[in-house]
Amino acid sequence: MAGALPQPSDAVPQPGAGLSAPVDGPPTTESGLTGETITLRVFKGQPGGEMGYATHQVPEVTGMVVLDAVHWVQRNEDSDLACRWNCKAGKCGSCSAEVNGHPVLMCKTRIDTLPRGPVTVQPMKSFPLIKDLVTDVSRNYETNKLIPPFTAAPDDGTPWRIQQMDIDRLYEHRRCIECFLCQDVCHVNRSHDLSARFFGPRFFVRVASLEMHPKDILDRRDLLRDQGGLGYCNITKCCSEVCPEHIHITDNAIIPLKERVADAHWDPLRWVARKLRGSGTKAGEKAAAE
Amino acid sequence: MSERYQTRECDVLVIGAGGAGLRAAIAAAEAGCSTLVVGKSLLGKAHTVMAEGGIAAGLANLDTPDSWEVHFADTMLGGQLINNWRMVDLYSREVIDRVYELERWGGLFDRTDDGLIMQRAFGAHSWKRLCHVGDRTGLELIRTLQDKMVHTPGTDVLMECTLTRLLTHGDRVCGAFGYLRNTGELIVIRAGAVVMASGGWGRMFRYTSNSWEGTGDGAAMAYEAGAELQDMEFVQFHPTGMIWPPGARGILVTEAVRGEGGILRNSEGERFMERYDPVKKDLSSRDVVARSIYKEVQAGRGSPHGGAFLDIASRRSAADIRKRLPSMCDQFEALAGVDISKEPMEVGPTIHYTMGGIRVDPETAASTLPGLYAAGEAAAGMHGANRLGGNSLGDILVFGRRAGEAAASSAKGLGAKPAVSEKQLADAEAAVLLPLAHDLGEKAENSYVLHRALQEAMQDDAGIGRSEESLNRALTAIGELTERSRRMRAGGGRVLNPGWHTCRDVESMLTVSEAIVRCAIARRESRGSQWRFDFPEKDARLGRTNLVARKRAGAMVVEERPLELMPDDVVTRLARSRFFDPAALPPHYAGKVPAPGPKAH
Repeated sequence: MAGALPQPSDAVPQPGAGLSAPVDGPPTTESGLTGETITLRVFKGQPGGEMGYATHQVPEVTGMVVLDAVHWVQRNEDSDLACRWNCKAGKCGSCSAEVNGHPVLMCKTRIDTLPRGPVTVQPMKSFPLIKDLVTDVSRNYETNKLIPPFTAAPDDGTPWRIQQMDIDRLYEHRRCIECFLCQDVCHVNRSHDLSARFFGPRFFVRVASLEMHPKDILDRRDLLRDQGGLGYCNITKCCSEVCPEHIHITDNAIIPLKERVADAHWDPLRWVARKLRGSGTKAGEKAAAE
Repeated sequence: MSERYQTRECDVLVIGAGGAGLRAAIAAAEAGCSTLVVGKSLLGKAHTVMAEGGIAAGLANLDTPDSWEVHFADTMLGGQLINNWRMVDLYSREVIDRVYELERWGGLFDRTDDGLIMQRAFGAHSWKRLCHVGDRTGLELIRTLQDKMVHTPGTDVLMECTLTRLLTHGDRVCGAFGYLRNTGELIVIRAGAVVMASGGWGRMFRYTSNSWEGTGDGAAMAYEAGAELQDMEFVQFHPTGMIWPPGARGILVTEAVRGEGGILRNSEGERFMERYDPVKKDLSSRDVVARSIYKEVQAGRGSPHGGAFLDIASRRSAADIRKRLPSMCDQFEALAGVDISKEPMEVGPTIHYTMGGIRVDPETAASTLPGLYAAGEAAAGMHGANRLGGNSLGDILVFGRRAGEAAASSAKGLGAKPAVSEKQLADAEAAVLLPLAHDLGEKAENSYVLHRALQEAMQDDAGIGRSEESLNRALTAIGELTERSRRMRAGGGRVLNPGWHTCRDVESMLTVSEAIVRCAIARRESRGSQWRFDFPEKDARLGRTNLVARKRAGAMVVEERPLELMPDDVVTRLARSRFFDPAALPPHYAGKVPAPGPKAH
């Protein structure tokens, strides 16, 4: 392979050669064409107008992901096809959609992992449609505002000492890229309109990352029970299944939070202790609960 | 004001919602200013999210000889001594506080055995210096800042809004004009001061780690309004991007792979960096590693798809790799079907970062235009001719804060918001709507086609290696494309129309590309990321010169700005770097550094 290089080793390098041109193919994204064609059915339309699926025949390239195919359509056949995307590397969580009915990131879904036959791409179902593959996810940002932010004791002086074990536990929750696929697939969101009374999996993960932080001094358990609607979750684990970051949303965020809420409100000994102390739960008890 | 526009008012307008913008907004709001952050994407999706390796700060938690002075020296040497030394001085001192501040706002960092912030080795840093959490430090940083900003009174966010022009009153910047992407509505934002934190630009190149956002709108807008763009010739190739499969080409492979012990090999299995940089080897600076891979490919020792092999599998245990580089494992498994704990990765240089940008004052981040501030990748001076890994996340925190504070103080001193002429608004409106309106028949140009053509020209002729001939070719292409861009036509309506949005992107990219190429032509030397085949050596005079591009009488001119030289007591700090080489000092510093630094341990 290396012997096929265009230039001998002692030649003066020339701009335009080398890295901009892969040695085994033409310098276009069309290099790596498999010769196959993908039938892509993409949802198109906006509320108040015509809506339906447009079918495109997309030339397949080795390792192509669904987002590549959508971009091909934009460049070649439908320049106003709308989709959100940013990093195209599975790190920003922008290109969420439903591919063949499954909520996924388009940038991480390789065409060659899908069954042969037409590939159907549609927007996330649980959010209001804006246009084509783009939905209005602003509700999530409103929910986040309701959650009191990380708060450390002001007298807890720098530098902090925290054990790696604590970081490892929190890191799982902090891996969330806010793709909102868990919010999309959650049946509480999907089948009911409880958005004002139910935070949804993403924000249970968010609260878990705050509640389990060893330096955080707030207590968000009442919020979870009341405004957060934690009780609506009946742990069907759909959210965990679609998480592209493989966060164990149900097992490592929602269930521990449910236990904490139950501890705070239903443990008879704690109930007595609370009555005697005459206050809600505080940082010390929170630490003890861990 | 006309009802054709939605209007907003604020004391400080922050353009860009990445780390620099969010940190600036927090600072401005804390100073008592109403602050509006405008981003092209959803909140939390900005390019900061892509940063993997960590934040460089001289905490000396693991390597006790480290300090802010050594960090200063490494950064200056990495930038080939044409950084603005006062920026680097402020940066290396203050980044330590910014890291601790981030932690106090809820940011996580991996820990040492003693429970302190863990630090990892990185290219051309003398000591273990990068504070990190796994290989997702950027995500952690942006999420922490995002949450802090949302809960800071006085801030507001406008997501998915593209700004196309800075508005001015006399020579003072007093707002911006643009459109809401999701509805196509036009918007006028009037502000007392503006912070440009719009990031860098890589999308005019074919193989880049940048998202669609990296089109250089901020630099282009600032240039159009009269600001000076500095160091535009310096565009960083990250040495390790994915090169296969084709769709994944350009996606970043974090330097943390090498920081954690990974090495580069050629097709003969040789660890070739030992030849190109015997001291720093695989952890040499990015410009050197990228060029070395290029040279190996040129010499016929490339990997099958024209790059090099990056091997961590033989250097660390599989469990270690999964723990320290989780998102790299995921990325290669999902996109390339490669298990990096068992096999080497195939990598090659990818356009990653732009050292150049808006010329600013070191202390206040003020641009050369009153009312306009700039921070982060959109600003120039901090990184000189080449940025060290880990210095961008620190840069956005330190100078984001400084820009926010200075903009707030400027806005507060202003009194009433300056007026904006109706003509300015009408011009801006006509320009942005033109591609939807005019009827050109067969002469109409497609924005995607022009974008692709620009990428070809820039990648081939203004890429990792350049010559006067190639750069002139690129300049000609840019001229032709600029001409054609006046005839761009977008089908569809104003609601979320990417074809129309791309028209604006192309215009920004053409302006910025012209600045890159003109400055690269004028810098007749090789230094840092600028590699001129026809001028392979450094030039002493250019070593004390920054180049700026600015608009004069409607056309772009390149001018020289003398570099402020380091005072004698600062130059001596350079010897604190483990990589200091007295023989490599330029003539204007020769003999000013008494003793060589301590050698590698």
